[in-house]
Amino acid sequence: MTKAGIKIEDVHLSFGETEVLKGVNLDIKPGEFFAFLGPSGSGKSTLLRAIAGFGPDPRGRILIGDRNVVGQSPWKRNVGMVFQSYALWPHMSVRDNVGFGLKERKLPNAQIRPKVDAALDLVGLAHLADRMPNQLSGGQQQRIALARTIVVEPEVLLLDEPLSNLDASLRVQMRRELLNLQRKLGLTTIFVTHDQEEANTTSDRMAVLDGGVIQQIGTPQELYDTPANLFVANFLGTANILKGRVEADGTAARFVTETGDHLSLPAGMRSSGSNIVLRPQNITLLREEGPNTLTGTISHKEFLGSQIRYLVNAGGTEMVVDQSHSAGLDWFETGTQVFLQTNTSSAIVL
Amino acid sequence: MSSSSSSSGAQAAGLSDRVPNWLVPNLSGLHIAAVLIALLLIGLLLVPVAQVMIVAFQDPATGAATLQNFVDFFGTSLFRESFWNSFYVSAMSVVVATAIALPLAYITTRFHFSGSILIQSLGFIPLIMPPFVGAVAMQLIFGRNGTVNLLLRDWFGISIPFMEGLNGVILVQSIHYFPFILINLSASLRNIDRSMEEAAQNLGSHGMRLFRRIVFPLAMPGYIAGAALVFIKVFDDLGTPLLLNVNNMLAPQAFLRISSIGISDPMGYVISVILVVFSILSLWASFLFMRGKDYATVQKGGGGMAKRSLKPLEKTLAYGTVILILLVVLSPHLGLLLLSFGTIWSFAPLPDGYTLQNYITMWEGSKTFILNTVLYAGIAATLDVIIGTAIAYIVLRTGIFGRKALDYLATAALAVPGVVLGIGYLRTFHQIDVPFTGEPMASWWVIIALALMIRRLPYALRACTAALQQVSLALEEAAESLGATKRRTIQKVVIPLMTGGILAGFVTSFATAAVELSATIMLVSSNNDAPLAYGIYLFMQTPSGRGAGAALGIVAVIVVAIGTIASQIIIERDKKLKASGDAH
Ligand SMILES: Nc1ncnc2c1ncn2[C@@H]1O[C@H](COP(=O)(O)OP(=O)(O)OP(=O)(O)O)[C@@H](O)[C@H]1O
Ligand SMILES: [Mg+2]
Repeated sequence: MTKAGIKIEDVHLSFGETEVLKGVNLDIKPGEFFAFLGPSGSGKSTLLRAIAGFGPDPRGRILIGDRNVVGQSPWKRNVGMVFQSYALWPHMSVRDNVGFGLKERKLPNAQIRPKVDAALDLVGLAHLADRMPNQLSGGQQQRIALARTIVVEPEVLLLDEPLSNLDASLRVQMRRELLNLQRKLGLTTIFVTHDQEEANTTSDRMAVLDGGVIQQIGTPQELYDTPANLFVANFLGTANILKGRVEADGTAARFVTETGDHLSLPAGMRSSGSNIVLRPQNITLLREEGPNTLTGTISHKEFLGSQIRYLVNAGGTEMVVDQSHSAGLDWFETGTQVFLQTNTSSAIVL
Repeated sequence: MSSSSSSSGAQAAGLSDRVPNWLVPNLSGLHIAAVLIALLLIGLLLVPVAQVMIVAFQDPATGAATLQNFVDFFGTSLFRESFWNSFYVSAMSVVVATAIALPLAYITTRFHFSGSILIQSLGFIPLIMPPFVGAVAMQLIFGRNGTVNLLLRDWFGISIPFMEGLNGVILVQSIHYFPFILINLSASLRNIDRSMEEAAQNLGSHGMRLFRRIVFPLAMPGYIAGAALVFIKVFDDLGTPLLLNVNNMLAPQAFLRISSIGISDPMGYVISVILVVFSILSLWASFLFMRGKDYATVQKGGGGMAKRSLKPLEKTLAYGTVILILLVVLSPHLGLLLLSFGTIWSFAPLPDGYTLQNYITMWEGSKTFILNTVLYAGIAATLDVIIGTAIAYIVLRTGIFGRKALDYLATAALAVPGVVLGIGYLRTFHQIDVPFTGEPMASWWVIIALALMIRRLPYALRACTAALQQVSLALEEAAESLGATKRRTIQKVVIPLMTGGILAGFVTSFATAAVELSATIMLVSSNNDAPLAYGIYLFMQTPSGRGAGAALGIVAVIVVAIGTIASQIIIERDKKLKASGDAH
């Protein structure tokens, strides 16, 4: 199978007056599993559909391999797309659904059959070939839709929220299967989701979109550990954000919060910005004051099993703090005064 | 909740807890109504139709059960030919109606096409004219010496037999009934989810192949529903072949046998059985076909229909097609209008001159027709909404035994062709005399009104049911919990809230009853009792009467048009009123 990368160069796209994509640039490597992550309405589907050739023609260039597909009809692009609704044709059997693309490519029937069987085998549903789509479960429909797309050996695979219509446990299973399949075929894949866990667990790299603009591109860890802006910091995982300013005297730098607390910053940390981002697991709750602590009161607590999640009111800011739990450990009761010790080496100043 | 709805006010609450519903005194009014309606439907629908069925299987002389009538029927070449012709005309009408409806439905639903709304509403226009009314006008436009052929002969020296024999019936019927296909097919097309098509395009399909393999199969259920309806309507129709003087079809044969030989001739009954069987068969076939094919595919994550912009060449082609089709479709109306204002129109593309004389003649000659029509359709529509409201209430709000049967029975009238009902009435009521006057009931004018009432009841019933469904049960319960009795609740709460729907049902029933021909033509015993549709038929029998007939036809079209528009407006206004009521 040919591996092709996808390059998106300064793509703008409008529905009438409203601009939905505002200058998108991306470089997806051949064979990469790439995720588009973003809140509802951020333009993920619009971008994906533009790659497949649906919707209004965008400005800019979209390269698949080295051919610019902007303006090309969808049926000429050889881009495989799996729809959120699966879009299995209800009047055709599973076999006819999967064989459709091959028939369109005018393959002789003798060659279609084995290919269809192989594709169904790949998704583990060869025994359902003669069913009608309405006789399949959601997960099965999903796999048939996938088989229907990969059987024509597209150059790239586009998945628009393929798991969103499945229930939670099936979703976890399917995303693993999807990743295995992608690895097996080595197919350049774009996966649209608004579920960060899905993006984190599957993708090699991802792009976070908001308001039609790419906020950041990177591996899941990079985005989590070093978010480029507050939006990304907030969108990926839980973030406590304190406002304030960085003060430096000589080599030592510290972050002074609006409430006047001082948090010393490790040497070499970026030293400009008016926000400090603290992840819940990088804060330790103490009963006594110590270095780099903030004062607060426990306002709420939730037992999550391996962790206890506290909401702590620190000088008017509600902070989320996760403490790992093991048997016999004492809890902080609500109303208790606590001291929040921040591990500033993993903090981010933005 | 259910105990409060069955209780009949505070005083009776204790009682109704202990005794079954049907013993609670205040409900008995509804029981009496249910029984009366059941008797009425049995007497005016079930018995007459059963009569027809039975007579078809009886030896006319001895009354013994026999199949001989059917043997005779299929042994007569005229009947075999009529049977085949009816079948052929119906099937061909479906084909031609499809050819008209398919492009209109496709272009208006799948493309950005200015005028889509215009087409979708112009598409309904044929339905507001009884088909037989347009038939004569079509003769003048498409006939051997009609406008089109005269021009074709002038320009190219050819002529096309559009209106010769069966062709004429096919053309008139398909132009009249194609909206059934247009409406259903458009709805189906609109319900196809965008992703269904996009998935196919994504896999390399486009253009006609995409349409043939994905779009049309998905729209098939709607198409079949429309096509089955067209088939039945054409198969049963009497007026059009009669007016075009095509007698070798089933319905005209039934009519001619009964009206010339008399009601003892078994052939009319045999034909009736065949008509009913075909009605039921085609409904059943379309039901079978559609079973398990509920392709309402608009899905989560999709987004309705994808409309595409037309390229310049496609646009020209699309406009050309649409304009041509609309011209053909509107030709009966145009022809009728010209004919009604024309002096003499024969062997010429257009009338020789224009005048108002036809309208004057028409008015003088058809005051009785018009008055009769208002009387009959008025009675029919009034009874329809009363009975419709009662049935709707009984079905939706009570647990009365057999309430579903009442609903089915009233709706079954849909499957009974007008000719069959007419013959059934003649047969059933000719032995019964009208009280006091002593004339046979079959020739009493009231019977015409009752036939119309039965024929329009299914439509009125649907309107009333829909209206009642919109009245929240909570409103009724509120009234009852304040101590209102069942009867007062119905009077003061339910009926007023249903008014819009009931009015819409009345107007539709009235307007369509006003132009009914197939049952009335059998039942009219003297010209003094004849309604408008029959009047048009009479006028059109003579060349000199055609102008006035056309004028009367225009009156009929206007009546139905006003009725249709009025009922739409009433329904819309009612909806808005209800919506604003909900908001407060
Ligand atoms: N056909 C359309 N016409 C006009 N605006 C549209 C159309 N389709 C999408 N939009 C707008 O474009 C923006 C981006 O939509 P898009 O479907 O790409 O969002 P998304 O990121 O996929 O969101 P979701 O997670 O809800 O699927 C939205 O504001 C939406 O309202
Ligand atoms: Mg989306």
